[in-house]
Amino acid sequence: MPKWFVPAAVVCGVMFAFSPLVIASADYESTMGLVQKIFYYHMPSAWMFLLSGIVCGIASVRFLTTGDPRHDRTAWAAAEMAVIFGVVTLVTGPLWARRAWGTFWVWDARTTSSLVQWMVAWAYLILRRYGGPGSDKLAAGLALFGVANVGFIYVSVNYWRTIHPATTVVPKLPFSMGFPLWYCVAAFTLLFVILLQMRVRLEEQRATLDTLYLSLDEQR
Amino acid sequence: MTADGGTNGFLFDRVVVDDVSRHFGRRRAVSRVTFHASRGQILGLLGPNGAGKSTLLALLATLLRPTSGTIRFGTRDASTADDALRSHIGVLGHDLFLYPELTARENLAFFGALYGARDANAAARQALDRAGLADRGDDVVSSFSRGMRQRVALERALIHQPRLLLLDEPFTGLDDASTAVLLARLRGLREEGAIVILATHDLDLADGLLDEAIFLRDGRMIHTAARPEALRSTYRAVMTGRPAPSGVEGR
Amino acid sequence: MMRLAWLILRKDLTVEVRSGEIAYTTLFFAVTCVLVFAFALVREGRAPEDGAAGILWIAVVFAGNLALGRAFERERQAETLRALLMAPAPRTAVYLGKLLGVIALLVGAEIVLVPLIALLFQARLLAHLWWMIAILAAGTTGFAAVGTLFAAMLVRARSRDVLLPVLLYPITVPVIIAGVRGTAALLQPELEVGVVRFWLALLITFDVVFVTLSLWTFESVMTD
Repeated sequence: MPKWFVPAAVVCGVMFAFSPLVIASADYESTMGLVQKIFYYHMPSAWMFLLSGIVCGIASVRFLTTGDPRHDRTAWAAAEMAVIFGVVTLVTGPLWARRAWGTFWVWDARTTSSLVQWMVAWAYLILRRYGGPGSDKLAAGLALFGVANVGFIYVSVNYWRTIHPATTVVPKLPFSMGFPLWYCVAAFTLLFVILLQMRVRLEEQRATLDTLYLSLDEQR
Repeated sequence: MTADGGTNGFLFDRVVVDDVSRHFGRRRAVSRVTFHASRGQILGLLGPNGAGKSTLLALLATLLRPTSGTIRFGTRDASTADDALRSHIGVLGHDLFLYPELTARENLAFFGALYGARDANAAARQALDRAGLADRGDDVVSSFSRGMRQRVALERALIHQPRLLLLDEPFTGLDDASTAVLLARLRGLREEGAIVILATHDLDLADGLLDEAIFLRDGRMIHTAARPEALRSTYRAVMTGRPAPSGVEGR
Repeated sequence: MMRLAWLILRKDLTVEVRSGEIAYTTLFFAVTCVLVFAFALVREGRAPEDGAAGILWIAVVFAGNLALGRAFERERQAETLRALLMAPAPRTAVYLGKLLGVIALLVGAEIVLVPLIALLFQARLLAHLWWMIAILAAGTTGFAAVGTLFAAMLVRARSRDVLLPVLLYPITVPVIIAGVRGTAALLQPELEVGVVRFWLALLITFDVVFVTLSLWTFESVMTD
């Protein structure tokens, strides 16, 4: 593990431990009450979900063009991050929505697009797990297609609800983009980096083990 | 291709396999194999199932890339394999690569056109004649016996007059007549200056055919023999670790 | 290269005409699909609003999934895909040939499905024929483009039958949405050309982007 890992992990842990305090200190949103606070976890995790997708896409393209297994490892780790942060986003969102809009799910552009992209990430993991040999290249192809699809999915879902999207279903959210939000964004970003590093390291060690195993075999 | 079998562009007089390994995860399919084969040679890859013969052939067909080591086709490296290089390689796989719903003629014409023959139908006709199946040319391949399918598949592999011919277990399921035809064809190809590499575990047939034999086990080369005779006893000796009657010990 | 793609397409069509296996089974499956939807959705002899549009595209997508799987399974059995990859033909020609074959198959199914659904669900699908054809053509191409690449990728993978829909459906969501909404717009009592044009434009853009992407990645994805 690189030198910065342990200090970063400690800082991240501390930040999360204190996050309830930070969030509690934010302005109390009168219309929705306590549930609004969930937003401070929901937004950052949504951004991390997006970031994971971007990292996975870029790593996949680099893997397809260069064949360097390091990019493949990064892509796989990023896909797992996408699924994890996606789950957090897709769970915290409806919890908030229930109080805010009265239903758990609305089929609006952003939520539906996120769901579809999350399924692509999930499909990536299923492919890696069950695809057998050669699934690294296939998964990279899938990730590339998933990323290329972002615009199409958003546009098609947006206009699917109504051809006149001037009246959006989601009202503009009145929250303060203040310190608590940026604090949580920082904490989540740190968490993303730490988890990514751990996961990539795991794959690196697996690859090293394979190489050692093979070279040992050859010396017999 | 030119009349004398030239390869318009690069010199393709031998195949060199240099310290080639290929693994799939932790499974070592081919481990540090080194050999070479020149024009007018028939080289045999011998070994039990799982020895790495098929993987080695796939590497030579440029379907797989080695995880280490290099394969050179004359002056070209296999990693630069492109259409030009592939047009000089013919493969007869274990699964024959024939479309069962098409007739023999259609199969041959399709692959002929695919490999860039100017007149695919004429090439197909010639191939059928060489296979001795001119009268069955318009029957679907699924109605053929194994031996007949093998003959069509061999002609399919040769329709573009490749410099290198790779055969994977070509004698499987053949009767005596078909086997004799195949042996004669291979000897004829040797006369014409092709490089033939075949994998087989039919040692009696390979006896007297091979110019060089490479014995593989667990992906490793354990013995090579030039102009081998009495292959069966050599094989048994080599595989059980006793000193071989002739030839060179591998790594 | 187009010559080679055409060669492969012709070979596939010949094989298909001889055996008919994929065509008949796909067609039968598509029709059965429609029947199941009829039993599920039709109440008191009336189908739900816009139901026909959804049913058409679901039948196409399901049948397409089946056809793609079968088409490449057949190549796998005689290892002929390997033979195609070993030939000195540019890999993109192989992709294009296969793609055109899949599109031809799906178009064949649609020729039967559209009148059938129009009949069973009292939907005026044939009222604006040229628009309908355009939307079907664009949507089928997009679906087939992604599907052909994925099916070829999965030929040597384990669990390939179940992995194809897992990979294919999320990626083709825009095609499904655009196809259904475009078709539904055609079924409205007054045709809103602007709406239909919008969805058609989306489909065509999708086709261009993803056919290009597929051509670009086919080579690197098929080599080991």
